[in-house]
Amino acid sequence: MHNFLDFEKPIAELEGKIEELRHLTGNDEVNIADEVARLQDKLTKLLQGTYGKLTPWQKTQVARHPDRPHFTDYIGHLFEDFTPLSGDRLFGEDEAIIGGLARLQGRSVMVIGHEKGHDTETRVKHNFGSARPEGYRKAVRLMRMAERFNIPVVTLVDTAGAFPGADAEARGQSEAIARSIETCLDIKVPLISIVIGEGGSGGAIALAVANTVLMLENSIYSVISPEGCASILWRSGDEAKTAAEALRLTAQDLLQLGVIDDIIAEPLGGAQRSPAEACKRVGAAIIKALESMDDVEGGVLKARRRDKFLEMGRKGLN
Amino acid sequence: MSWLTEFVRPKIQQLVRRTDVPENLWHKCKSCEQMIFHRDLAKNNHVCQHCGHHMRISAQNRLELLFDGGKYQTIELPNVPVDPLKFRDQKKYTDRLKAAQAKATYKDALAVAHGEVGGHATVIAVFDFSFMGGSMGIAVGEGIVAAAELASVQDAALIIVPASGGARMQEGILSLMQMARTTAAIEKVKEKGLPYFVLLTDPTTGGVSASFAMLGDIQVAEPGAQIGFAGRRVIENTIREKLPDDFQTAEYLLDHGMVDMVVPRNELNATFGRLIDMIRRTKPGASIVPIKDAKKKPDTKGAKADK
Repeated sequence: MHNFLDFEKPIAELEGKIEELRHLTGNDEVNIADEVARLQDKLTKLLQGTYGKLTPWQKTQVARHPDRPHFTDYIGHLFEDFTPLSGDRLFGEDEAIIGGLARLQGRSVMVIGHEKGHDTETRVKHNFGSARPEGYRKAVRLMRMAERFNIPVVTLVDTAGAFPGADAEARGQSEAIARSIETCLDIKVPLISIVIGEGGSGGAIALAVANTVLMLENSIYSVISPEGCASILWRSGDEAKTAAEALRLTAQDLLQLGVIDDIIAEPLGGAQRSPAEACKRVGAAIIKALESMDDVEGGVLKARRRDKFLEMGRKGLN
Repeated sequence: MSWLTEFVRPKIQQLVRRTDVPENLWHKCKSCEQMIFHRDLAKNNHVCQHCGHHMRISAQNRLELLFDGGKYQTIELPNVPVDPLKFRDQKKYTDRLKAAQAKATYKDALAVAHGEVGGHATVIAVFDFSFMGGSMGIAVGEGIVAAAELASVQDAALIIVPASGGARMQEGILSLMQMARTTAAIEKVKEKGLPYFVLLTDPTTGGVSASFAMLGDIQVAEPGAQIGFAGRRVIENTIREKLPDDFQTAEYLLDHGMVDMVVPRNELNATFGRLIDMIRRTKPGASIVPIKDAKKKPDTKGAKADK
């Protein structure tokens, strides 16, 4: 572990101590092994304790953790034969959203998602996961292609939001997002969305109007970032913590509000601690969702998806 | 009680009120700063007679302006869960709502009415920007769903007139979901073969612009209206440069191929009327048949030549 969050200080200290002990070579190796085992046990309990009761703001930080598996990690761990397909055929190629054909346990799928990047170079390349209209228009194109060949669509959502730039506006950011939502609602193939990190507003929902919407345990999904909300309603960015509470943006909140279908449990201490395991769990959840739609006719899938969203919020609130 | 309270007090109140009036008699145009007499302003549909600046108008004014002869019937919108998040910032959301409702004509930031435009049955949903910035929460979303359903049932054209800063933050993720709900609702209207038009007015931004508001068969904008996804200040902070004055205006969108036309306010009824008529009455003298039937067999029996 290289990146610790501020609330993880005790965890960092303990992990440091364990590392130190492991590198110690002495006469009484048995004692060291015992001590390491004892500290490991303590660490497990500490992680359980800390991650068992994360506040919404802490979850926001975990959801944005730089070591958290991103789109390309899922591709690497889960999918075979991933073949990226580029461009919107209208203006350009936007690498904030990646998409292409792939196989998941032998099944062909169209996988589309935001990629934030993992270092300076890739973050710039992928524009930190904030897409321009071209990204959404590419997603629309790929969804339509998937529909044509009766291939299910899987989207992985991880974005702070659509890019707020002058060029994006000039080329119709609003229209691109609207069209992407419309396409999600229209396609006659299974559509599964998983919020793997940050589900930021319109830029996220553009890819997430799905038959099955899942969230990783420590991911967030919100109409506005806690910082943005705080600066508007509290007129102070310092109130982001308070805003995070008020917005009800955690996976657990969204399940309770009937906005998502299920939560995917993360490995102990968050997806960033065991990316491979996190990817595996997401893979299992996708397969389960796909299997549930295996014999359902395309028109029925579309109608169910539309009705699900039309009914949303009508019952079960208050 | 007595003659004193019954007769004298109203007179005193009238006197007090009279001192208030002169301030509102003249209105200063924000654009050209010319003074306009209030009667002239109302007569000109709140468009500045000096520079043509289109001021924001109420939902009620908007409905009067769009329907033929200013005649329409508003419908009662469905009740929805209020404050599902129990949201509270510096004020309680329920208090903000009550304060907005106290000043407003409608229950939330949307009014839905039916009547005729160009002689054709039309349903119009209008945002009220003065109600919490026209923000879209569950109530507005449900109102749009209701408008879409009404258009389908009445076999009517649907026009939506957004004037909104975007999603209503105080309803969190549920407000974001209205982007999907409203899009689903208008898709059903389109699938019925009914025309769906959008009149973009000042301002249309955020989650509202990025859903149903950009999906009209025909996109019309009012002159000078601010229309875009991200707010101007947010963009300026991101790219660290100043944006041109016309950025995100209706005219800018027209230039960039994002709207079909920019139409002055006093021509809106005629424009929509003409468009709806061309779409819904495709042969001379044909009676106005429901579009879904027209597809099967064009009803030209006993058609008289149009004058």
